[in-house]
Amino acid sequence: MSVPLLEVEGLHVWFDLEGGGELHAVQGVDLSLDPGERLGLVGESGCGKTTTALAILGLLPPNASVSGRVLIDGEDILAGGEAAMRPHRWVDVAIVFQGAMNALNPVRTIGQQIVESLELHGRAKGAVARTRTAELLESVGIPAGRAGRYPHELSGGMRQRAAIAMALSCNPRVLIADEPTTALDVMVQAQILELLDALCRDFGLALVLVTHDLPVVAQLCDRCAVMYAGEIVERGPLDVLYHTPGHPYTRMLFAASPDLGMGDAPVLSIPGAPPRLDRPIDGCPFRPRCDSAFAACVERPSLLEVGDGHAAACHLNTRVPA
Amino acid sequence: MNAEPVVLEVEDLVVRYPIHRGLVGTVARRPRRTVHAVEGVSLSLQRGEMLALVGESGCGKTTTAQAVLRLVDPVAGAIRFDGRDLVPLGSRDLRPLRRRIQVVYQDPYESLDPRFRVRAVVEEPLLIHNLGGSKAERAERVRDALQRVELSPPELYLDRFPHELSGGQRQRVAIAAALVLEPDVLVADEPVSMLDVSVRAGVLNVLDGLRQQGLAILMITHDLSTAARFAQRIAVMYLGRIVEEGRAAAVVRNPQHPYTKALLSVVPRRDPRDRQRPQILQGETPDAVAIPTGCRFHPRCPVAIERCSVEDPLLLQPVSAERGHRAACLLLSTGQSG
Repeated sequence: MSVPLLEVEGLHVWFDLEGGGELHAVQGVDLSLDPGERLGLVGESGCGKTTTALAILGLLPPNASVSGRVLIDGEDILAGGEAAMRPHRWVDVAIVFQGAMNALNPVRTIGQQIVESLELHGRAKGAVARTRTAELLESVGIPAGRAGRYPHELSGGMRQRAAIAMALSCNPRVLIADEPTTALDVMVQAQILELLDALCRDFGLALVLVTHDLPVVAQLCDRCAVMYAGEIVERGPLDVLYHTPGHPYTRMLFAASPDLGMGDAPVLSIPGAPPRLDRPIDGCPFRPRCDSAFAACVERPSLLEVGDGHAAACHLNTRVPA
Repeated sequence: MNAEPVVLEVEDLVVRYPIHRGLVGTVARRPRRTVHAVEGVSLSLQRGEMLALVGESGCGKTTTAQAVLRLVDPVAGAIRFDGRDLVPLGSRDLRPLRRRIQVVYQDPYESLDPRFRVRAVVEEPLLIHNLGGSKAERAERVRDALQRVELSPPELYLDRFPHELSGGQRQRVAIAAALVLEPDVLVADEPVSMLDVSVRAGVLNVLDGLRQQGLAILMITHDLSTAARFAQRIAVMYLGRIVEEGRAAAVVRNPQHPYTKALLSVVPRRDPRDRQRPQILQGETPDAVAIPTGCRFHPRCPVAIERCSVEDPLLLQPVSAERGHRAACLLLSTGQSG
């Protein structure tokens, strides 16, 4: 078997809290991504999906401690600290941050900002960098002539495209996009999803789409990992997750998303709220909100294979029929 | 459809915002420019009905709602509530009517005063409107409102601060603070878009329950899936106009206007097998300063013909649609000759 492009093994992240205590934000996450593959990373606010994305790139704030491995082509880039990470960040794995469209430098043109990132990484200089910038902008659907525009002169959709162009400046093989369409209108969202789709198809880019929006993942991704309370509770092909989910949380998340084709079928919310992560969790973290919890759920389930490329962390899958 | 009385009727509403020219602009006598936010919107809302006003940012849906709440002044048109036009009324005459048209905003993190306990948040409207009688009676009304939004038992929530509540609970408190005045109409402006998916359905089901008890709800949303599931009727807006309107199921299953068709085609579906070829419109909704001539959708319309750039279509019932389902497109046959 070939080595995956990106692999995450046993990732844990703790945040030191002000006033003592710590928050166990990511609790043993494993992921793998092949070239050109599209993975959705889904869950509610606070489930650890963004923290996982930032940990992969070594971009966590100083009050975070990390353990586990992040492998690129089989090489651990987490163990060697910043020195080991730096040659790979943006070059192999790039990220479009949540709200990146609103984080562009307001006093520099989008062209200048991309040129700057090219120069900073020693990719190109001067006229070459400007030509490359024009190409990058065209590749995300911004006419090269708009390189001289300031962020405030562009619409939300255009700014998001510029943020994507900037992330692509070092020709990464993996793009992590954190909620890339959340603040956008449906039609602009569709344009951005079409762009991500085209980038994956045309450049063989692998994509990790971090979002709370399952239908968006269902439209764009091949596989999906569902996170809850800092861990992956289910992962597998999207089709399988929708039609034969192996975890009640996945089933309930799909049932909570209204769908155009659902007619009068009920839309069900998930009662309660996720557990706090600043104290130890007893048993299955989803147990208090689960509609199918039973005696075995006092033990924390582990993520087990339940089908081809499909794994779930739920005791229902190993329950012996009475 | 049914015989429920119409509680709110908007007729030919026009709202425009002047753009300040600034000192330089004034001295240079640059032309005054205007944002044409709403240009001739008519709608009606029955008791026990939810009407979803759907469209992209800048289409005028929030401005329409603000006009209904009389928070912006229309340039023209009528807003009839209970048969009485609100537009000519001054603030003194409006006050008793305001109680009966209430609003819930998008962001319950912003809309609740962080220093107020739930009890005070829900009681405040009663004090402002000088309602609810004695302290004990007000307390009873507050408890009742919390129960209606399914925050029960109320004792569990009364003394909490907003920061001690989840997003879904906060939005329920905001709804309770509107309900405590026993309004006839509730304007809900993107009521769940800031909330986590897992709790959205809970808030929407609360609104649906209130509607079934007779509340008329005008829901502003950009989410067609939510509108399709929870609203009885949908009105699709584009650049200040309603371009299509009808029973929710009819608009979703048998869309008539090319804009509605495109919008529906890009709504992500939760079943990965339902992936369809989205009909993506290029560009974005143009500025409401320079409205295109003719049909305002024609520059982005995939099926526009020459006539569309000249003639402004009326909202009419096409022969291909059921009764009460109307669309504004020149290409639709309305069965009228000419």
